[in-house]
Amino acid sequence: MAQLTSQTALGRLRPGRAGVLLLAAIYFFVPMGASIWFSIDDYHGGITFNAYTKLLGAPGFLDALYLSLELAAATVVVLLLILVPALLAARLGSPRLRPVIEVMCSLPLVVPVVALTTGIVGVLRWGPEYFANSPFFQTFVAIQNPDLPAVLLIAYVLMALPFAYRALDGGLRGVDVVTLVEAARNCGASYPRAVFSVVLPNLRSALLSASVLTVALVLGEFTTASILGFQPFSVWINSYGKTDGQMSVAVSMISLLVVWVVLLLMSVVGNRGRKAARS
Amino acid sequence: MTTAATVPTGVPLAPGSATVEFRSLRRAFGSTVALDGLDLTVHPGELLALLGPSGCGKTTALRILAGFESHDSGEVLVDGEDVTRIPAHKRDAGMVFQSYSLFPHLTALDNVSFGLKMRGVGKDERRKRAMELLELVGLPQRAAHFPHQMSGGQQQRIALARALALQPRVLLLDEPLSALDAKVRLNLREEIRRLQQELGITTLFVTHDQEEALSMADRVAVLRSGRLEQCATPSELYARPATAFVAEFVGTMSRIPAVRAGESVEVFGRRHAVDGTLPVAGDLEVLVRPENVGLSPAVDGPAVVVGASFLGAVTRLTVRLADGTTVKADLPTEEAAQLPIGGNADVTLPDRPVLVDVRSGAGQ
Ligand SMILES: Nc1ncnc2c1ncn2[C@@H]1O[C@H](COP(=O)(O)OP(=O)(O)O)[C@@H](O)[C@H]1O
Ligand SMILES: [Mg+2]
Repeated sequence: MAQLTSQTALGRLRPGRAGVLLLAAIYFFVPMGASIWFSIDDYHGGITFNAYTKLLGAPGFLDALYLSLELAAATVVVLLLILVPALLAARLGSPRLRPVIEVMCSLPLVVPVVALTTGIVGVLRWGPEYFANSPFFQTFVAIQNPDLPAVLLIAYVLMALPFAYRALDGGLRGVDVVTLVEAARNCGASYPRAVFSVVLPNLRSALLSASVLTVALVLGEFTTASILGFQPFSVWINSYGKTDGQMSVAVSMISLLVVWVVLLLMSVVGNRGRKAARS
Repeated sequence: MTTAATVPTGVPLAPGSATVEFRSLRRAFGSTVALDGLDLTVHPGELLALLGPSGCGKTTALRILAGFESHDSGEVLVDGEDVTRIPAHKRDAGMVFQSYSLFPHLTALDNVSFGLKMRGVGKDERRKRAMELLELVGLPQRAAHFPHQMSGGQQQRIALARALALQPRVLLLDEPLSALDAKVRLNLREEIRRLQQELGITTLFVTHDQEEALSMADRVAVLRSGRLEQCATPSELYARPATAFVAEFVGTMSRIPAVRAGESVEVFGRRHAVDGTLPVAGDLEVLVRPENVGLSPAVDGPAVVVGASFLGAVTRLTVRLADGTTVKADLPTEEAAQLPIGGNADVTLPDRPVLVDVRSGAGQ
C-alpha cells in the first residue's frame, strides 16, 4: 500500500519538483558516498575495511553501544510514563491545565544544553559534600552509577520533553479523546479499559514518533554525556575515532548506521503492532 | 426483516424496553443552568424526541441518563430504579453521538462487537452477533471497512449498530443526523424509525430540528432553558401548542397585533375566542399558522403582498400590514396567482379560538 502510493507519487512528479529532489539527493548522498569511499580506500591501492573491523573489535565498543541503547529505552519509558497520563488527564479531566502543561513541557527549549549541564555539574559537586553525613550521599553516588547513570537519564528526559510533548499533543489533536472514551464506556468498558483499548491504539503513531524523536536525540547526544564524564556510544566513538583520519570517518558512518537501524526497527515494529491490533 | 424485535436468525434484540423518568432534574455549570427541574416520562417502547433550541439542556439530560455527566439534584429512574449512582459502563443505555464516534482503529465489525468483547462474549459468538447487527442496519458489506473508509451516513449506521449490540433497555441518540447532508439525513431518519419500531426499544432522540422531531417521534418534548415546555404527540403539538414558545418553535407562526375585548380579542375588526388563558396585562398579539390565514384580493384591503414563495401545491405569501407587521399565509397556488406582489388584500383568521401572547419586542 505504502509502496504503491509512493510510486504513483513519484510518477506524478513534475520536472521542477524532480529537480529539487535531485538537488536534495546530491546534497545528501554525495558527501556520504565520498566519506564511505574515503573510509575504505587503501592508500596502498585497493579497498580495505580495516578501519571498520578495528572499530568493531575495539574494547568498549559494545559496552558503549549498550549503554546508549539502554539510556534511550529508559528515557522513552520514563518520558511516556510521565507525559501520556498527564496529557490524557488534561484532556479528559481539566482542560484548563492544558496551557500549563504546554508551557512546562516547552521550558527545556529555552535552557541551552550547556547551561543545563553546567547546572548539573554544579549540583553534583556541591551535593556529596553538603550531604556527606546523610543518606542523600548514597543517592548522589547512585545516580552517577556509570552502568546506567540516572543523572544522564534525567537530563535526557528534560531535553526530549518538548519534542515528545509536541509529537503526542499533535496526535491527541487528531483524536476526539473525550468522545472516544465516552463511546467505549457506553459499550461497557471501564474507564481504564477505555483508555487502554481505545485511546492508546489510536495514539500509536504519535507514541511512535515521540519515541523515535527521543531515541534519535539520546543516541546523538554528546555534550552532556561528555562533560559529565560518561561513555555512551557518542562519547566513546568520538574519543576512539581520533586515532586517525580514516577511523574518524568510519566512526561517523557507523554511528549514522546505528541510529538508522534503531529507528527503522522501531517503525517496523510499530507498524507490525498496528496490523496486529487491527486483525 | 420478519417480525418485530427479531433479526434474521430470530434472536430477540431488545430484551425489554424500559420506562425512563426524569424527576426535577437540575444541573448547573457555574452560573449556567443547563437543566432547571426537568420532569419528563418516556414510556416503554416509544420514541420520544427532545426538541429545543441550542443550549436548552437536551444533551445534558441525555448525558446524565448515560452516566457521563453528574446532576445537582433530582432523579433519573429507569424502570423505577434510580440509575444516577451506577457508573456509565454499567448503565444499559446505548448511545449514538452527535460527532462521529466510531473507534478509528477498528473495522466496522470490530466496532460493533466491541461491547460484546467487553462483556466477555466469545470470539465466534461476537462475530455472529455483530454481523447480524450490520445486516440490521443494512451494511454487512462494510464489515471489514475502517471508519475513515465510510461516509458519514454509514458511520452513523454502524454507530447505531454498536449502540444496539448490548441489547440496551434504552437507546439514546444525540442529534445523530446533524452532521449529515440533507438527503442522507432523510433516509437515515426513516431507517432509525423503522428499526426502533421493529425492536420496540425505548428511545430518546435529541434534536433541534422541529421537522425531524415531528416526523419521527411518537411524542415530542419541547425544552426551553432547561425546563419542559410541553410534551405531546406531534399533531397535538402542532395544532394545540401550550405556549407561544412552543407555537413558534414548532412550525411557522405569524404574530398579529390584537385588541383586548373582555374575555376575547379583536383582530381586523372581528372578535375571536382565546385558546387558553388571556394574559392579564400588556398589549396582545395573536399567533396564527400560515395555513390558517385567509387572503383575498381587495383593492382597499389592509394588507399589501410583499413576497411569494412557491412550495408546490401551495404558495406562501407574505403580506405587510399598515403598522409594518408581516403575516405569512399559505394559499393554494392557483388562488395565490390572483394576488400579485404589490397588490392589496383582505386578511381573515379562522373562527376557532386563537393563541394569544403578550406583544414581543417592537416591530416584530
Ligand atoms: N461541560 C460543560 N461545562 C460548562 N457548561 C456546559 C457544559 N455542558 C453544557 N454546558 C452548558 O449548559 C447549557 C446546556 O447545554 P446542552 O445540554 O449541551 O444544550 P443542547 O444540547 O440543548 O444544545 C449550555 O448553555 C451549555 O453551554
Ligand atoms: Mg446538544
